[in-house]
Amino acid sequence: MNFDPRYSGRNFTSVGTRPIRPDGVDKVTGRARYGADFNMAGQLVGRVLRSPHAHATIRKIDTSKAEKLPGVKAVITAADLPDLTDGDAAMYDILDNCMARTKALYDGHAVAAVAAVDARTARQALKLIVVDYEVLPHVTDVDEAMKHHAPLINDAIFTEGLEEKPVKPSNVTKRSQFGHGDVHQGFGHADFVVERSFKTEQTHQGYIEPHACVASVSSDGTADLWVCTQGHFVYRQHCAQLLGMEASKLRVTSSEIGGGFGGKTHVWAEPVALALSRKAGRPVKLVMTRDEVFRASGPTSATSIDIRIGARKDGTITAAEATLRYSCGPYAGSWAEIGAMTAFACYKLDNVKTVGYEVLVNRPKTAAYRAPSAPMAAFAVESAVDELAKEIGMDPVEFRIRNAAQEGTRSSYGPVYGPIGIGPTLEAARSHPHMKAPLGPNQGRGMACGFWFNFGGQTCTDLNIGMDGSVSLAVGTVDVGGSRASLSLVAAEELGIAYEHVKAIVADTSSLGYNDMTDGSRGTFSSSMATISAARNAIKILRERAAQMWDISVDDVVWEKGHAVARGEKHGNLGKLSLKEIAAASGKTGGPIAGHSELVADGAGVSFATHICDIEVDPETGATRVIRYTVVQDAGKAVHPTYVEGQYQGGAAQGIGWALNEEYIYGKDGRLQNPGFLDYRIPVCSDLPMIDTQILEIPNPNHPYGVRGVGETSIVPPLAAIANAVSNAAGVRMTHIPMSPPRILAAIEAERGG
Amino acid sequence: MVEVTLWGALGQLAGGQSKVEVEAKDIRELFRKLAEQYPAFEPLIDRGIAVAIDGTIYRDTWSKELPQGAEIFLMPRLAGG
Repeated sequence: MNFDPRYSGRNFTSVGTRPIRPDGVDKVTGRARYGADFNMAGQLVGRVLRSPHAHATIRKIDTSKAEKLPGVKAVITAADLPDLTDGDAAMYDILDNCMARTKALYDGHAVAAVAAVDARTARQALKLIVVDYEVLPHVTDVDEAMKHHAPLINDAIFTEGLEEKPVKPSNVTKRSQFGHGDVHQGFGHADFVVERSFKTEQTHQGYIEPHACVASVSSDGTADLWVCTQGHFVYRQHCAQLLGMEASKLRVTSSEIGGGFGGKTHVWAEPVALALSRKAGRPVKLVMTRDEVFRASGPTSATSIDIRIGARKDGTITAAEATLRYSCGPYAGSWAEIGAMTAFACYKLDNVKTVGYEVLVNRPKTAAYRAPSAPMAAFAVESAVDELAKEIGMDPVEFRIRNAAQEGTRSSYGPVYGPIGIGPTLEAARSHPHMKAPLGPNQGRGMACGFWFNFGGQTCTDLNIGMDGSVSLAVGTVDVGGSRASLSLVAAEELGIAYEHVKAIVADTSSLGYNDMTDGSRGTFSSSMATISAARNAIKILRERAAQMWDISVDDVVWEKGHAVARGEKHGNLGKLSLKEIAAASGKTGGPIAGHSELVADGAGVSFATHICDIEVDPETGATRVIRYTVVQDAGKAVHPTYVEGQYQGGAAQGIGWALNEEYIYGKDGRLQNPGFLDYRIPVCSDLPMIDTQILEIPNPNHPYGVRGVGETSIVPPLAAIANAVSNAAGVRMTHIPMSPPRILAAIEAERGG
Repeated sequence: MVEVTLWGALGQLAGGQSKVEVEAKDIRELFRKLAEQYPAFEPLIDRGIAVAIDGTIYRDTWSKELPQGAEIFLMPRLAGG
């Protein structure tokens, strides 16, 4: 990589404007093609048979009757997906999660699949598959799973991270610890100490578009996969490895995406569809139903968290401690570790200790959900921080400002911070009109802070200049939140041309070098860096071509506002050459003009937000109404401010649903009771107020334009901000998410009774 | 010679040390030397370790130089959503 990513402090022409989104017309007219919109001649319908048991040994699977059913072209079990993972434990877990091998580990775990000529036949075939289960005791609650008598989910797991190597297997896969100083000593200096325990229930990302793909494996061993994903290059790697293919033989094309939020970073249906197609010799389309999405894709962790924070009378926090227990589903993960790292990241603390426990349960394998693990930790910490401010008698914003981390602060997860935005978001919240607006009866106001790391990653981009001077930009990061618009703005900015002359597409895996997922808020951060680099490489060629056209040295040609300009006294008579003129002449000056870039985008820059929320609680029913909501967040530089605002609003909307209603409800039999949007209630438009936003721009020193990721941080504060608002409105501290009406009513009645 | 701070799990594998000194000019050399000095680190390096240099987190740029006197902090390599 020969690219200087440092912030340059330049003035912008295109970046920071709000042009119309390039994918908008297709999306509102229904022309945009999502995962299930792709079809091939002769394609079969794929369907998956799923375990009705939370935990069971699979003694035998008899597929013979299903195979004989007319119209059935393939039936597969784990035997058709042999273990090719070569000792890679993480890949083995993915394989086992795609198709159970010896045990079904949760309600909905795939055990077999069929491909048939139509959906009716496929459903009939599933009914003819006979699975002989030995039902085992199960556990779905994170605290119950940690107990000694809990049913053991995997007897090969011994807790990592303990000082002494354990001699017995456990459902706790790992213990992790972060912090510095001496919390015992710190609490000794505290005048006030708040100690609370919190719980959050498991939620789903709730993307509107279910997982969908079409797989076509040819008899020569090559294959195509059309799929809804956040990362088609990663899907290619995983599918190729699981099916024993060379990655280059599998071309993966990503569709438009109807939401992912971390939930489309993992393969579930795709290796199954490829295996079915390979066996049937025909294309197979596999679309998950909503029921399957809930039961068998990747929700977030359920958690149980203990917090203890101490402060002096003057409002200085002297010590902070957290124990975080996160469910992982039946496979090892690092979800509590992330919670432990992010929990106290907003604060300047001399003494801090966090301990995380990863816990196996008989639920679907946990997947990332927008700033994974951080919202639950923030809920617990920010609730306790609010309560501590009250005990001291300080305004909660002032208390946070007094203790906010700043440049030079040692973060609770270890390193010292560079320039960061937590202080400015709190200052902006303090002076926001929302903080001074009057509240009505039964209404409460809450606020909270949030932190997320943000990430970069491997990125590859092509920029091609057409003969007419228009520009095609091919990127490899899936557009989950408007990156085609923002990257077009970046290309226009670098080249000095109008946004309208740039068309960005997401290229397939055979057309571009490898790209990491669009996760970690990296889409615009990483691909804009690669786009800037590609544009600068193209400009180098444009200057060379202009030099040829003028017959002067390229050293005398500079690029200014979309034109080649000859510098030096002897070239004073030469006029400017536009990009369009140079492109038109390209056939006679050396051929096509293009810029390419491959790089690792690192130094993403951490991100902070502060949210303010007003809630009205009906004390008779426990029902809530969000009256007003404000998001203040640092974007580094907002490339397309409308999309940035959309990310802020989207995170807040999802957080509102998580805080107030959404939860996985399991029966005593370990089966999910509410796998549908009627019973798993995400917020609809009528549940939400206008979500106000304020963008702060504290440049990231590690990006040429100062860009930070913006997609995830906005979901970190809402759980806590809403809990603080509900607690203030109801007059009782809420410690269990979601704060559904029955839970609020029970808390109010308990308080009255007490 | 740079001083490297280890997070909890790595510290345990390094015999309870929270800081180690390594002669390394960049992240690649740092990981190579650490794996030589502490073979138990190797699976964790394979799984992914991020390096914070003066507060900026690097996950993949193994060519990144380690300036003398910089704060070098090793962290788990995390993923987002």
